[in-house]
Amino acid sequence: MKRSPAATTLRWLGRVLVALILLFVLLPGVVVAISAFNDRAILAFPPQAWSLRWFWRAFSYTDFGKGFWNGLTVTVWASSIALMVGSAFAYAIHRYKFALRDLLEGILLSPLIIPHYTIGLGVLILASQTNTARGFPLVIFAHVVMVLPFVMRSAYISLQNLDTRLELAASSLGATPLRILFTVTIPLLLPGLLSGWLFAAILSFNEFTATLFVSSQATQTLPVAMYNYVREFADPTLAALSVIYIVVTAALLTIANSVLGLGKILNVDAH
Amino acid sequence: MLMRTDRTTANRFAAGSDKVRPAVQLDGVTKRFGGSVALHEAWLKIQPSEFMTLLGPSGCGKTTLLNLVAGFLEADNGEIFIEGALVTETPAHMREIGIVFQNYALFPHMSVANNIAYGLKTRGIDKREIGRRVEEALALVKLSGFADRKPRQLSGGQQQRVALARALVIKPKVLLLDEPFSALDKNLRGSMQVELKQIQRELGVTTIFVTHDQGEALSMSDRIAVMSAGRIRQIAAPDDIYRRPADRFVASFVGDANILSGRIVERQGDSAIVAIGDVRVNLAAAPIAALSIGDAVDVFVRPEHLTVTAQGASNALRGTVATQVFQGDHVDLYIDAPGIAAERILLRAPGIAMLSSCPAGVEVGLKIDSDDIVAFPPGAAP
Repeated sequence: MKRSPAATTLRWLGRVLVALILLFVLLPGVVVAISAFNDRAILAFPPQAWSLRWFWRAFSYTDFGKGFWNGLTVTVWASSIALMVGSAFAYAIHRYKFALRDLLEGILLSPLIIPHYTIGLGVLILASQTNTARGFPLVIFAHVVMVLPFVMRSAYISLQNLDTRLELAASSLGATPLRILFTVTIPLLLPGLLSGWLFAAILSFNEFTATLFVSSQATQTLPVAMYNYVREFADPTLAALSVIYIVVTAALLTIANSVLGLGKILNVDAH
Repeated sequence: MLMRTDRTTANRFAAGSDKVRPAVQLDGVTKRFGGSVALHEAWLKIQPSEFMTLLGPSGCGKTTLLNLVAGFLEADNGEIFIEGALVTETPAHMREIGIVFQNYALFPHMSVANNIAYGLKTRGIDKREIGRRVEEALALVKLSGFADRKPRQLSGGQQQRVALARALVIKPKVLLLDEPFSALDKNLRGSMQVELKQIQRELGVTTIFVTHDQGEALSMSDRIAVMSAGRIRQIAAPDDIYRRPADRFVASFVGDANILSGRIVERQGDSAIVAIGDVRVNLAAAPIAALSIGDAVDVFVRPEHLTVTAQGASNALRGTVATQVFQGDHVDLYIDAPGIAAERILLRAPGIAMLSSCPAGVEVGLKIDSDDIVAFPPGAAP
């Protein structure tokens, strides 16, 4: 079938538009990635000479290593606590009608509206009022508050996709409510819960604003360590770190997608 | 306008002696959702091994009744008994009921064998016995060799067999079937119906079957409870439902019926004579007992109870053939008969002779050729 010239033009315009959008979205990442290989100790673009030494520095700079492990500690704890609390709340909101249910839902989802610096500041004020030390529990607490809505959303969507007749069938087959929870409900929600955990983990690991308020020298996470670094140095180490970060996250997401099927959980599947 | 049918009507039609303890018994069970009544004072006794069908349009309360028996809903009033034991407040998992849902509701994360074994595991039966009974159940539904498949790897018909096996393997006191055939294509539906009925008879399991398909209900049931607007209209054997419907709703919902306008001319004990045009028919007086001689009635005549006769023959109605529809083994004639029927009369003639003898436009005589004619007081929509 022959296409009319107008249709052909439109098709090409569409392709150009898509290319432009992709370029627009990817541009910062691309610039940073290229800068990471600059031999000189300035963040110049495009580089004149090439080197891998900033990658070496990213790995050897002790604050980054410590920040990475701190961040990992905070991330694992915060996401796991948020997963348990968030899915319990999602279950309650989905399954039971009770007074103030909408209010509870609103409060739990409010961190989506409240800025991170407000949360950081709030936790900091609370901590100083109660003389709480600025240790890991404090950072983890702030992170739980921030990632909770995302875990809840994810659990809630999984619950909505769960056919309640499966639970009815199990109950007719003699299963107690607790047995149904562990043999039917949770196994079927698991992919959704795990992907919720994963998103919470990525958010938490990247979180900077609130963490800056509540962390100390001993508990600073990687983003905070990077911020402190850039206040002292202006070399491409951070660019190198970014490249490492992007590669690792992309790899993790690819694995998660093939194992858990993120598309289905995020409702972006065509069918 | 609907005829009022209440507990007395239901009891009158309830078959079986009271000496046998019913497998399932509902005593005046009512269920409301918010302000609306989903089920109004249902009285029902289902005998052991009986295949009882709840038939009615969507929203008639049949699924509500099923869910009440299963224990998925709590009754607002009335009592439910299973094998004589009061279960009104017993939670679903203690009622020992097997259920097959419309979408089968197989556990997607378990193999076929584990789906079937689920109800046995909850009963704490030992592993070897579970294995034996799962094999047996798979053989019963002709799915031996499918034990390790996942539900999504099965066809709709196979999934339904697994759901049936899963419900039957626990030797339930009652088997509940919630529109189990509606997701199957027509050919498969027919063979599954035959097979299910055979399994049900073999095992002798008391069954409550919910459907909106009157064909399914008529062909499979020992008795049918016809429901509408939250009420049980009639409980009777399929042929009774078809031949002696209790009210207008049942007469129109089950099978096709032509509504002809008649007038009561005579009464003799249990029967009455009604004139339709020049034709007189003898029919049961009970449904029109409230009316007097000379009153108008609606006469319900099945399409197969009409035959074509020569135009002008005595004791025949007159009409004009409007269309004929060839149906393979029979011919449907649509006949205009103004003054006798508000809508076109449908006549079902076996064979194909009518195709040539009764083309559209020809005037014909119609004979009413059956004893199973019923009349009800006139009303608007059934």
